[in-house]
Amino acid sequence: MKDTTQIGQPVIEARDLDLTFQTGDGPVLALKDVNLTINKGDFVSFIGPSGCGKTTFLRCIAALEHPTAGTLTVNGLTPDDARMRRAYGYVFQAAGLYPWRTIAGNVKLPLEIMGFSRAEQEERVRKVLELVELAGFGGKFPWQLSGGMQQRASIARALAFDADILLMDEPFGALDEIVRDRLNEEVLKLWARTGKTIGFVTHSIPEAVYLSTKIVVMSPRPGRITDVIDSPLPRERPLDIRDSRAFIEIAHRVREGLRAGHHDD
Amino acid sequence: MIWLVGAVLVWLGAWALNVRLAASAFGRTRAGRLAVATLFGITLLVLWEGLVRGLAVSPIILPGPSVIGPKIAASLPTLWADFVQTVVKGALSGFAIGTAAAFVAAIAIDRSPFLQKGLLPIGNFVSALPIVGLAPVLVMWFGFDWHSKAAVVVVMVFFPLLVNMVAGLQATDPLHRDLMATYSASYPQRLMKLRLPAAMPFFFNGLKIAATLALIGAIVAEFFGSPIVGMGFRISTEVGRLGLDMVWATIAVAALSGSALYGLIALIESRVTFWHPSQRK
Amino acid sequence: MMTDRALPVLTVLLAIFALWYAAAVWMNAKWVYDQASRAGTTVTLAEVIPQTMAQPRPLLPPPHQVATELWKGVAAQAVTSKRSLVYHGYVTFRGTMMGFALGIALGVGLAMAIVRFRVMELSVMPWAIISQTIPIVALAPMILTVSNQMGIDNREVPKAIISAYLSFFPVLVSMVKGLRSPDQMQLDLLSTYGASQGQTFWKLRLPASMPYFFASLKVAIAAALVGTIIGELPTGAIEGLGARMLIGSQFGEPLIMWAALFAAAILAGGLIVIVGLIERMARARMGAPA
Repeated sequence: MKDTTQIGQPVIEARDLDLTFQTGDGPVLALKDVNLTINKGDFVSFIGPSGCGKTTFLRCIAALEHPTAGTLTVNGLTPDDARMRRAYGYVFQAAGLYPWRTIAGNVKLPLEIMGFSRAEQEERVRKVLELVELAGFGGKFPWQLSGGMQQRASIARALAFDADILLMDEPFGALDEIVRDRLNEEVLKLWARTGKTIGFVTHSIPEAVYLSTKIVVMSPRPGRITDVIDSPLPRERPLDIRDSRAFIEIAHRVREGLRAGHHDD
Repeated sequence: MIWLVGAVLVWLGAWALNVRLAASAFGRTRAGRLAVATLFGITLLVLWEGLVRGLAVSPIILPGPSVIGPKIAASLPTLWADFVQTVVKGALSGFAIGTAAAFVAAIAIDRSPFLQKGLLPIGNFVSALPIVGLAPVLVMWFGFDWHSKAAVVVVMVFFPLLVNMVAGLQATDPLHRDLMATYSASYPQRLMKLRLPAAMPFFFNGLKIAATLALIGAIVAEFFGSPIVGMGFRISTEVGRLGLDMVWATIAVAALSGSALYGLIALIESRVTFWHPSQRK
Repeated sequence: MMTDRALPVLTVLLAIFALWYAAAVWMNAKWVYDQASRAGTTVTLAEVIPQTMAQPRPLLPPPHQVATELWKGVAAQAVTSKRSLVYHGYVTFRGTMMGFALGIALGVGLAMAIVRFRVMELSVMPWAIISQTIPIVALAPMILTVSNQMGIDNREVPKAIISAYLSFFPVLVSMVKGLRSPDQMQLDLLSTYGASQGQTFWKLRLPASMPYFFASLKVAIAAALVGTIIGELPTGAIEGLGARMLIGSQFGEPLIMWAALFAAAILAGGLIVIVGLIERMARARMGAPA
């Protein structure tokens, strides 16, 4: 099941993607003419004001929404087929842990559904909990943990079945700045260690610039891509890289892109 | 007169004690809460006894606890037989069948949005109707013995349970559902791992309502015909011949059964839905 | 929203009617066959079906027979007649209203005391919960006899007590929740104004509890009706829908039973709709989205 694509090979390709929602106030163009290629090993951030379609696009990749026009492939397959082959793990805005399961039980959930053996389940749970530094918390229930720990557990859950693509939808939006900084560092470490392709939705400019190899700037009405920035920052990124000149320049370009798409309000 | 004044004094004294207990640190503990509630219950009994004695109330109007207590002790075999007939055979068997039926029906409906839309308003309406009224009909169909009582109980508990269970199955967090979608989970997997656990608080809510209804149904049905055993039968015949001590003894058994059943369900609930915010310790 | 539901609801209702007719044929057929075999004749299925539709004492009367009986009880009698369902319905309605009013007064009063005094919460609240696990029907004949012995001839009073016993609880629970619904910030705001306990109650707690109060009324009215009917059941009651059911049962007149049952259902439906309207009006006045 391991795919043979190498680093730099395209894994997600969107061509002329449209998505129209039918609402009570008439149709809403959530996505319009979206073209984007994400390569293996990329860390791609989607940034833009609310309503720009960044979350919707991520949900399209995960086959939680279905585009009304255009083509979208994940590992050369349709998103639905890719899902059947466990192509990606998804991390939501909230941890969304099942309160009736322990942390270990929550991480085990996808493994149970996908039919891993008992022994394999235990082994994988142990490994990913270590990876997110939650070893020893497996027996706790979600509500007994802090928000940051809950979100780490939900990342462990997304990693448990070892998908090649990790999709994260504003995973740290509800956390305070200090916790968020730490988790950002950890996500980078995780990315370096596992070589996964990551799609990351955020509305924080520093977060997007700090994390990404590619920043996708989007704007609303209709939801569309206004700029794609390939980051010149090295893959190794200490926190203080945020004071560097290169960092500030990219942040500036992102801000300009956001402002350009923001003409009407 | 001395009884009356005494009882009122005891009651006032206990109330004052309760006020102090409630304000104290002890009143914040579990034992403290229990003590205050128990004390209040006991003072009610004392007040009752004092009123009956002090005002010389005739025992054919209202016997005091000191008469009812010994009557219970003296009539244990009869009370036990009535309990078995009404609670065990009538209420509990009907409760079990009605619960199982509602559970299965809710899961069946859950797969069809059309049936949900059609059945839910009707189910909601029916659970607000005085279904006890069906008791005479069911007694006519199923005869005087406990089978008809169980049937009444089945009908009474079915709709509240169905409505709660269907609501529970729908009450999953959209995030939790999306998560299942990203795993391509099958319907049985979604049901077992997400929707049933999430529905449990609602299910137990329905069970608690149904527990009270079950006893009401079983007793009412006996007013429309019963063999010469059963709590409803006992109450209506003893009222007829003014054996009020026996009536109160039966009421005491009914109250105890009702509270015990409710307590048992609440206990199981706290085990099963320990994760729900209302149950977390 | 309404049209969205109309089709499914109608379909389910139709299915219920179809099942009902089928069950009526099935259950009443035995009587037809018995009659025939007693008369020494045989009947074909085609002859049986019409005969299951109009028996004087059917095991399960088909819907139109119930409707006819209901119509007879409502329209074909003088409203004051003892055979009029309007009359009996009114008696039940009156009992329900008294119990409902009593229940509301009791529920609101207790809730206010419980929220104000901690000792009330600790001592009364557990017993209020326990009171609801006691099958009230066990008490019903008792309450009737005692009121009789005490020379209260008016049967309304014991009925209202039973009815109030069932209906006060939902009001109590909702009101306690409602009176406690203002959050700490809102309470703190009032204490920065130096508001008294009474002012806090009138200006914050009571208005905040109103949505909870109105929401509890629907449950309370249904409970009050059940209580009234139960109060009419035992020991020789002669007025009210509950008494009609008992009479139908004792004299083996299933049609009377069914008509009374449906009259009760219609009464319940009407009461719930009215209370629902009151709730909506109250919410609209308080500025909630309709």
